[in-house]
Amino acid sequence: MPEAVREVPVTNQYGLHARPASRIVGIASRYRSEVTLANGSGRAVNAKSILDVLTLAAASGANLTIRAVGDDAEQAVAEIAGLIEQKFGET
Amino acid sequence: MEIKKGIAVSPGYAIGEAFVLDSESYRIPKRVLAPAMLEAETERYRKACEAASAEVAGVQASFEKKVGKAYAAIFEAHLWMLKDPQIHAEVLRRIREQRFNAEYAVSRAFRRYAWMFRSMGDEHLSLRVSDLYDVEKRLLRHLLGQKRESLTTLTDPVIILAHDLTPSQTASLDPKKVIAFATDVGGRTSHTAIVARALEIPAVVGLGTVSTDISGGDRIVIDGNRGVVIISPDGETLKKYEGLSTSFRAFGKRLTSELKDVPAVTKDGTRVELMANIELPEEVESAVRYGAEGIGLYRTEFLYAREGAAPTEMEQFKAYVHALRTLSGRPLVVRTLDVGGDKVMLGESQPQEPNPILGCRSLRFSFQHPALFRIQLRAVLRASAFGDVRILFPMVSGLQEIDRAKDLLKAAMEELDREGILYNKDLPVGIMIEVPSAALIADRLAKEVQFFSIGTNDLVQYTLAVDRVNERVANLYKPTHPAVLRLLKHVIQSGADAGIRVNLCGEMSGDPVYTMLLLGLGLRSMSASPFAIPELKKVIRTVSMDEVRETTEKALAMDDPDQTSAFLSERARQILPEAF
Repeated sequence: MPEAVREVPVTNQYGLHARPASRIVGIASRYRSEVTLANGSGRAVNAKSILDVLTLAAASGANLTIRAVGDDAEQAVAEIAGLIEQKFGET
Repeated sequence: MEIKKGIAVSPGYAIGEAFVLDSESYRIPKRVLAPAMLEAETERYRKACEAASAEVAGVQASFEKKVGKAYAAIFEAHLWMLKDPQIHAEVLRRIREQRFNAEYAVSRAFRRYAWMFRSMGDEHLSLRVSDLYDVEKRLLRHLLGQKRESLTTLTDPVIILAHDLTPSQTASLDPKKVIAFATDVGGRTSHTAIVARALEIPAVVGLGTVSTDISGGDRIVIDGNRGVVIISPDGETLKKYEGLSTSFRAFGKRLTSELKDVPAVTKDGTRVELMANIELPEEVESAVRYGAEGIGLYRTEFLYAREGAAPTEMEQFKAYVHALRTLSGRPLVVRTLDVGGDKVMLGESQPQEPNPILGCRSLRFSFQHPALFRIQLRAVLRASAFGDVRILFPMVSGLQEIDRAKDLLKAAMEELDREGILYNKDLPVGIMIEVPSAALIADRLAKEVQFFSIGTNDLVQYTLAVDRVNERVANLYKPTHPAVLRLLKHVIQSGADAGIRVNLCGEMSGDPVYTMLLLGLGLRSMSASPFAIPELKKVIRTVSMDEVRETTEKALAMDDPDQTSAFLSERARQILPEAF
């Protein structure tokens, strides 16, 4: 099973609050792969679960590890990493 | 089994099923389903999710139109919660494997996350907890449909759990069906506490998150004597509390009838005065019924707690005179308005203070609202023409405040003189000793007033810098801390030296565990909730001053407040096994 991993820093002002979390979950849910997120060395959570993503409490400056397992793993990780790097489009 | 600690506001024990009130006063039922029903239940849950999602999408769309996309974004998160795979998995597991009904399964799943969010303690996250409840409630509304059980249709006796009971909720309760209360917030003077005492059912408040951690249908124990709630008690605990509950009721009845008309005197003849603290005018009657020798603390906040305007001079005057009539000659100590902190607030909105406990509360508030204060002083003075009224100023921190309060009282007297209205010119003036600064200079303050009333709740809180309603530090709140005991000793001694009466009206005086210690520190006047009086009297009548002195000496020699408390509990148990 293909696997993809990337580590990205959270740089938007308020970190993973409800709105950015919704967007990550929205993207992750479109992929067939299993997608997880981890904050630093913490527990990996289901990126398709908004409640799990919110429990990461990832503030600005946190390092997120995105991991996907499945046939579309590569694209899933790339799209989520892109979203985080672009600060979720926040200005 | 899980144990939660709160503030005991109404004594007694109750064992029963939890009835969790949400803000809409509906109950979350808990049932175990027959295996044949599990598929239908799963389907019912799916449909509720769909219906709730459609509803949220509708709200989102209309919100977007009204205030813009950015503000409607939170509903995006709500929609994702309704689709959350972790929630779905947990709910389905509870339905299919544990055979619970969908409402209970949903409530458990959401509350588990709520609990996780809260325990993370992140400021940003607390907002999301309310979102979680919002979504949970929406789902439950769809699940419950027309079958929602409301408070007015209770069939079996239950224990009511709520964030905070509102007057309209308690008004709709059937008192025969409610055996106890437990709430997240509140203190001794909260509405829940007052209603519970009036109904004479046990209550624990200030539990933090009890209404959200417990699901409807859970079996719980309420210990209104120690301020403890036990969730899903084990067999042994259950048995213990069944026994306690039976003996408590029998003991209470026997004590009241046995001791109502005998004085509180130790075996060797030391007389102690037992007065009652009350919050509502109706409680004066129960104070007399339980054998109080007067009202040691008449809280006037309730007069101000009503919606709208502050009470007029005539309304207050009538309330005080009504109490005096019921007391037929016994003293009535009226404490002037003590708002702020956890107390009832005035109808008018007060500016938010970053540190209200150290802010403009109590006497400070009265000084800043001279018109309001004047009305109260006049009302108390006028009532003093009709009985033994004494006035008590709360939260004094130094001499200058006494001077100022006395000046204002004098001005009110002069007004009444000019108007030819009668009052007691020698109205006894007392102060609460509840701020450490006042306790430390009690010897100086004793020369300026006719009596002291020690408020241990605040004195402990200020001395130890612990907010006992804050669950994260409440365990540091210890009335037997050596610093507190040293202050108490100093205050009581200062009062005795100056020849003035010293009363203690904090919760400490109502707890028989501390009775011997307080007597040993020299206290001869206590004021407690009416129902506590028979028990206190029983302890006093059972001990001798030699025993008291010995117990006190040992207690004062201890450095660890927990050890002191354990020792005092053990001593009290030896003296009066039935009560513990």
